Amino acid sequence: MALCLSLIPDSRQHVHRFTTNCLLRCMQFMLLFSRQGKLRLQKWYVPLSDKEKKKITRELVQTVLARKPKMCSFLEWRDLKIVYKRYASLYFCCAIEDQDNELITLEIIHRYVELLDKYFGSVCELDIIFNFEKAYFILDEFVLGGEAQETSKKNVLKAIEQADLLQEVRH
Amino acid sequence: MPAPIRLRELIRTIRTARTQAEEREMIQKECAAIRSSFREEDNTYRCRNVAKLLYMHMLGYPAHFGQLECLKLIASQKFTDKRIGYLGAMLLLDERQDVHLLMTNCIKNDLNHSTQYVQGLALCTLGCMGSSEMCRDLAGEVEKLLKTSNSYLRKKAALCAVHVIRKVPELMEMFLPATKNLLSEKNHGVLHTSVVLLTEMCERSPDMLAHFRKLVPQLVRILKNLIMSGYSPEHDVSGISDPFLQVRILRLLRILGKSDDDSSEAMNDILAQVATNTETSKNVGNAILYETVLTIMDIKSESGLRVLAINILGRFLLNNDKNIRYVALTSLLKTVQTDHNAVQRHRSTIVDCLKDLDVSIKRRAMELSFALVNGNNIRGMMKELLYFLDSCDPEFKADCASGVFLAAEKYAPSKRWHIDTIMRVLTTAGSYVRDDSVPNLIQLITNSVEMHAYTVQRLYKALLDDISQQPLVQVASWCIGEYGDLLVSGQCEEEEPIQVTEDEVLDVLEGLLVSNLSTPVTRGYALTAIMKLSTRFSSVNRIKKVVSIYGSSIDVELQQRAVEYNALFKKYDHMRPALLERMPIMEKTATNGPTEIVQTNGETEPSVVEAKHPPPVTQPANQANDLLDLLGGNDVVPVIQTTMPTKPASAGGELLDLLGDLSLSGIPPMTAYSKNGLKIDFTFERANPNPNIAVITIHASNSTEADMTDFVFQAAVPKTFQLQLLSPSSNVVPALNQGTVTQVIRVLNLQKQQLRMRIKLTYTHKGSPVQDLAEVNNFPPQSWHAHPSLGLIG
Repeated sequence: MALCLSLIPDSRQHVHRFTTNCLLRCMQFMLLFSRQGKLRLQKWYVPLSDKEKKKITRELVQTVLARKPKMCSFLEWRDLKIVYKRYASLYFCCAIEDQDNELITLEIIHRYVELLDKYFGSVCELDIIFNFEKAYFILDEFVLGGEAQETSKKNVLKAIEQADLLQEVRH
Repeated sequence: MPAPIRLRELIRTIRTARTQAEEREMIQKECAAIRSSFREEDNTYRCRNVAKLLYMHMLGYPAHFGQLECLKLIASQKFTDKRIGYLGAMLLLDERQDVHLLMTNCIKNDLNHSTQYVQGLALCTLGCMGSSEMCRDLAGEVEKLLKTSNSYLRKKAALCAVHVIRKVPELMEMFLPATKNLLSEKNHGVLHTSVVLLTEMCERSPDMLAHFRKLVPQLVRILKNLIMSGYSPEHDVSGISDPFLQVRILRLLRILGKSDDDSSEAMNDILAQVATNTETSKNVGNAILYETVLTIMDIKSESGLRVLAINILGRFLLNNDKNIRYVALTSLLKTVQTDHNAVQRHRSTIVDCLKDLDVSIKRRAMELSFALVNGNNIRGMMKELLYFLDSCDPEFKADCASGVFLAAEKYAPSKRWHIDTIMRVLTTAGSYVRDDSVPNLIQLITNSVEMHAYTVQRLYKALLDDISQQPLVQVASWCIGEYGDLLVSGQCEEEEPIQVTEDEVLDVLEGLLVSNLSTPVTRGYALTAIMKLSTRFSSVNRIKKVVSIYGSSIDVELQQRAVEYNALFKKYDHMRPALLERMPIMEKTATNGPTEIVQTNGETEPSVVEAKHPPPVTQPANQANDLLDLLGGNDVVPVIQTTMPTKPASAGGELLDLLGDLSLSGIPPMTAYSKNGLKIDFTFERANPNPNIAVITIHASNSTEADMTDFVFQAAVPKTFQLQLLSPSSNVVPALNQGTVTQVIRVLNLQKQQLRMRIKLTYTHKGSPVQDLAEVNNFPPQSWHAHPSLGLIG
């Protein structure tokens, strides 16, 4: 199955000591952003102030966008490991803890993209812009508290489907 | 009142904005509309409005006025409202917000809702961002749901429990009963989240860990089934069945097998099986192999398995995928200590990674390379590393240079090679070497007596080429000052001696003094070098002139030196030759010894708190000490000796200290102990550049008729200090004050507290052992103050 994230042009973009609660998490946060640095989704699994989130986002987006295509998908940033992958015009970026497995995180990112693709049918950035709440709902059926809750693609999509049917109004 | 515009229409509108200002205007207009709609308590469109607010929030605009609206949505009966409400809560209502707790009741109700998707929303929200209080209130509900037969809810409850435990660790116990049958589940979602829960519990509590060790056989079975079972479309990823679950199980096995022989043995076979049978063509297979390797290395695995693991990493290094190479290098770095020989086999591949384009890979390859250097491969490795140093990015140069120095010091096959290597580093990366390299190198050069002529010649030539790299210039100046006579007399054996006159040498040194490229420290070195040459060269008049010019330099440091050197020419000319004599070989354990070789897994940064740091960047301080040794040795106990290291090391000062000018010293000496004929005096100096380190020299003298033999001096300080005791000059304190035993103590006093010390003395006197304990509380205030001018800090 080929994933199709088509290119849709769009318009764009500091130092924070990352305070972890010394808790072990799979994922501390996930960010989706465009090649111009526009944020498309932000999921935080650690409590931080809005100001801190903005700072982190700004800095991380800058760092990732500065990476050259030949570089590997991992970088060290503060005391975290950042795993990122670009799908067409969107960067998917996760922050994981030191002891987490970077390679499986790439698989988690890929699984999420597959879910989006199945749900929207050949997903592109515009789908995520105009249906951001759905992107969140799908993520929340796949990952909970920074850990994967369901490893079957079918089950995640089924749950979303059922939940969608419960919706009373379409806005 | 017209209906508020739909979400997607708003998005469309905002995207048409051509400038930031235009966008802001649209946003403000819409926010105003939304605010008034909120004020009217409109139920129909609340959901739509909050959704729009969330969109604007993502663009970076404030949305706090929507917080309460989210609460209202959560409390609504409509599923659509709840869905958006919980989303809004997760985005806007984290635990730092005041109204966060107001969610608790709604969540509690929804956890018991008749529709599982509503329950799911509540579990998700609680599990993502519930505060500690909320977790405390709702833990019971979560525990209940952990026991349900509904797998959709059970898996969510498990992860929710993980979050509760992270927030409120004391509650871990209450989830224990519910974990009983978690692993018997067929549903992969539940299995996966259960393994996560078990992992969390085992990592937090040794008791839990012991309790759950019995699950190892079951985990092994599940893993085996995953590997052996045929194609399962639901969980298949590129031919591998549920890689996510496999990885989590491997991680749990790692925790259970660590430090436990039986568990490790029970999982040995399955690990070997996974390691050999997993498909490696795609990332997913490698992800599992990676986790397997980590597990093998952490548990008590047999050596065959360990070698297998290292070889997997070796194969990773050859993989085209740079991500795989990266994790391989990271893992090898972790194992290089314990499995050194196995990692050595992959040395050439690792060295190749130095040429990789990726910065992270390069860095790891560099660290690993240094860790692999040993006596056998030093020449080859150094060639590669020096080449790397030449071409690498500036961010690497300092670490690489330090690493080269460390490795060279440990494994240099010959002195000549060592000096050449140092020269290479100084000339190619001279501006990046750390400050402490300079004194280290100087000491090294001093001790390589037969290489002096060669060294000074090479350094001189390097100076002719380039005077911009300060560490190089400083070392070169120092050497020329010391060995300038060898330079002009053309005594070099190792290579063709160059022809150079005294004037040419002085030209170069004077050039350093005037150059804009030279830092003040470098100028100090240059001036001192010129001064030293006054006893080695014949052009004394020229040197006198230079020195007197700088007597009125604006740079205070330089001025002071020049003035004092002038004094040497005039009033104390008779002492000049002795004072400026050639440096003796410095003992490695002296205060200006090299920084201790830190462990070899690549970290080249010595710890900051080490009191073993050579103190002064300005060498002359140590010259003074050694000169005193030359003059007096330990047999003479002149008054001079007690004034020896009493001044903070600033170049010319020590010379004048010799001449008895006590007013220049900062800290007076003191008697720490005097009993039964044994007297112990303390003299002080401050280690430069770290003013928090006090260097105390003890002087033990014995006024009785018999020697005190097997003399051992021990000291202890309060917890807020750190202490280092260097070797004593001897352990016999001669009778009748015929000599003293000296020993250096270095005290790190970061909190600037009053220095107190407890000392223990043991020795044998007239055949009987003597032991005594004493407190030393009479330290002068200046010994712990950074600046004597500060008053007593409370």
